Amino acid sequence: MVQYSQTRFDVSFAALSDATRRGVLEQLGRADASITELAEKFHLSLTGMKKHVVVLEQASLVTTEKVGRVRTCKLGPRRLEEEAAWLETYRRLWDARFNELDNVIEELKQKETDNGGKNGRRKRS
Amino acid sequence: MDAGKGRKTSTMANPTTIERKSDRELVVTRTFNGPARIVFDAWTKPDLIRRWWTPKSMGITFLACEADVRTGGGYRFVFGYQGSEMAFFGKYLEVIPGSRLVWTNEEGGEGGNVTTVTFEDKGGETLVLVHELYPSKEVLDEAMSTGAIGWSSEQFDQLDGLLTT
Repeated sequence: MVQYSQTRFDVSFAALSDATRRGVLEQLGRADASITELAEKFHLSLTGMKKHVVVLEQASLVTTEKVGRVRTCKLGPRRLEEEAAWLETYRRLWDARFNELDNVIEELKQKETDNGGKNGRRKRS
Repeated sequence: MDAGKGRKTSTMANPTTIERKSDRELVVTRTFNGPARIVFDAWTKPDLIRRWWTPKSMGITFLACEADVRTGGGYRFVFGYQGSEMAFFGKYLEVIPGSRLVWTNEEGGEGGNVTTVTFEDKGGETLVLVHELYPSKEVLDEAMSTGAIGWSSEQFDQLDGLLTT
């Protein structure tokens, strides 16, 4: 299983380590597009663009569907998973910060109590 | 059976939630066990900010923390990470003591996100809401996609360079 995720990570990584392919993902994030449209947009031959799309497809970053003579590309499931993963990573960053902030707040509260209460308020008993 | 119910275990940290509120917005929420006045202090006094903004687990050191917390004032945080320095800076657009902070994030050039933090006093506890507004859906999408596996566009560009030489 570790082997499997490692392989999947490598495939994803290789797919993303190319500026054109990252551009294609960004483009597909805005709207689905045919391979012809993508080739024109990135000034590539149809064959050249097909190669990039195959790499992205293998990494599940893109899915394609052929209707008639047109092959349409859209963002794949892996891409959506990555967005969820990013949100979780970002949440964890804030969570780690906030856990440290808890300590700072505890300390400030303690200081106020030690000073006999800044506002001269006393706890009701 | 109900003994102990309604009593909070003090060792358990409050949960942090995150939501993509819209195409351009992210919202993080968290409740703190202290009055808004104190929580606000921890967000605005440099000596206090540097104690929690970069959690120890991240392996980042706080090299400098300047914050002129008033409307129109600026801030500059400098972090050290594996021998290199990173600076984050911007200015405060709005400062209402104990209740609201708004600042810009300008390290990425113009068109960075704007952060609004609100502090809502709930009788001894404070609900903090961190709201990030991005200039467009594309900018937020881009931030989310490049950050997915912890790599920025810049790092990918550097890798591109390495792979082609």
